[in-house]
Amino acid sequence: MGRYIAKRLLSLIPVLFGVSVIVFFLVRLIPGSALQMYMGTQVEATPEQMEELRRIFGEDRPVPVLYVEWLGRLLQGNFGYSLRTGRPVLPDIVSRLPLSLELTVLALFLALLIGIPQGILSSLRKNPFWDVVNRIVGLLGLSLPQFWLAALMVLAFSGFRGWIPMGNYAKFTEEPLRNLKMLLLPSLAIGIGLAAVIMRYTRNSMLEVLQADYIRTAKAKGLKKRVVILRHALKNAILPVITVAGFNTGYLLGGAIVIEEVFALPGMGRLALYAIYQRDYPVIQGIVLVIATLFVLVNLVTDLIYALVDPRIRLDDSSR
Amino acid sequence: METRALRKNSIALTGLAIVGFYVAAILLSLVWLPFDPVAMDTEHLLEGPSLATGHLFGTDEFGRDILSRIMKGASVSLVISICATALGAVVGVLMGIWAGYLGGRWDQFLMRIADILFSFPSLLLAIFVMAILGEKTYNVVFAIGIVYIPQFARVSRGAILTIKSSEFVRAARSNGASPRFILFRHLLPNILVPLIVQVSLSLSVAILLESSLSFLGLGVQPPYPSWGNMLSAGRKVMVIAPWTAVYPGLAIVFLVLGFNLLGDGLRDILDPRLKNAR
Repeated sequence: MGRYIAKRLLSLIPVLFGVSVIVFFLVRLIPGSALQMYMGTQVEATPEQMEELRRIFGEDRPVPVLYVEWLGRLLQGNFGYSLRTGRPVLPDIVSRLPLSLELTVLALFLALLIGIPQGILSSLRKNPFWDVVNRIVGLLGLSLPQFWLAALMVLAFSGFRGWIPMGNYAKFTEEPLRNLKMLLLPSLAIGIGLAAVIMRYTRNSMLEVLQADYIRTAKAKGLKKRVVILRHALKNAILPVITVAGFNTGYLLGGAIVIEEVFALPGMGRLALYAIYQRDYPVIQGIVLVIATLFVLVNLVTDLIYALVDPRIRLDDSSR
Repeated sequence: METRALRKNSIALTGLAIVGFYVAAILLSLVWLPFDPVAMDTEHLLEGPSLATGHLFGTDEFGRDILSRIMKGASVSLVISICATALGAVVGVLMGIWAGYLGGRWDQFLMRIADILFSFPSLLLAIFVMAILGEKTYNVVFAIGIVYIPQFARVSRGAILTIKSSEFVRAARSNGASPRFILFRHLLPNILVPLIVQVSLSLSVAILLESSLSFLGLGVQPPYPSWGNMLSAGRKVMVIAPWTAVYPGLAIVFLVLGFNLLGDGLRDILDPRLKNAR
């Protein structure tokens, strides 16, 4: 297992390198230099100051050299400085990361909490009518725009302000209860699509497993239905569901960007949107890098969990 | 495609009916709309849905008819989604079949590119591309198309790998057919099944992505109606005029559901083996 983990970790390097190349060079495509954008907000500069600025903004050096310099700084944890506030980018991102991560984790939790029981129940009610109903409900869940759902939730609960607090975000470490209440609706809006996916997978996977011989044996032994379903069937059916949930977790992080805006939550998504509206490219670059890295890591962890619970993956690994 | 199987599959048929309804509404909007979708009417601001005024879905904060804007927005959303999916499909499929057919270094190289594009959550990648290209309608097509390239590349590469060594391909090769001939005349037609399903599901996600971008102000710009920017405007007056946000949202939900039903049903019809793939 150790070798497998090491190998998968090594395979991340070229991917993350490619991500950094894309993030760096795409931003270079923007018409107008960073210096011009920066000067747009500043007073006039003397020729000597301009010379100095040109050096700072790297306009006297070729682009590949700038890339290497930039990458070197990234590896030391220096993500550059905001064009608007002049503050270092990374601390601002890091201070907003916990909220976005909390939203993602809560959304995943809610998706599993809704999706798995629904999937199990729907696999047990097996007739043509329920089949169609279940599929339509599942597909409907996939078809809801998260931000619309979020807006409707805000509308529906605007009469219950006392119950669901809005505005004045409270950190989990400060007021845990208020924090969880505030994040309940946003994470539900983010997670409902994944809940639908999980429901569909759980259902399909359960239907397959329930046909297996050992389930018939378990039933024939006279075990209770509940034991057969939860102990015997679900344990085997849950594996593909875990993988799907894992691979979709990264998408939840993307969904958080929009939902934070609707619920006015001060997370990374809002930081990203303001950076985009203000054309603050170092901040945008930083956020895209951080999210892409998290996304790749979550996928890796999913792979590793899968390999941990299913040894066949590791043995089969030579074919990859 | 087997029309008899389609007729028996109620899921696919429902999807087709929904998509057909939207297409009919778009065609109608080309020749007739209840009201001018961009004309302001200060005497009818934020009026609720009513038969008497003729504003069946009500009016927005500028007095514009919401139904007309939804109909106009349908063509904007659908055209963007179709173009974006087409872009992603053409580039992705070329990448995928090329990688799958040639194998070796080409395969490694092209699939690494796909892996890298896969390292961004799709919405984030689209937002990032829009931030760089600027908020123009045709840029939305690029932003969403890029998201689809790796998906189509993987699907088509996988499909090519499964049929690459089959007998009819080897026969064609020993007959002296050129790689290009084999790719386009023998391989491509045989991987159409998974591609059709992928296209239908991609269209549904494209509608959602486009509306998300426009909702954030990064997609189609006002006064041109798109479902996303209608929702974004409607959200601000939602508490006093819920119809401004409810109807455009329902328009999105039903079209996306239509494509999802169609894709899901087509998968059953065209390839029963893929039933568990999503």
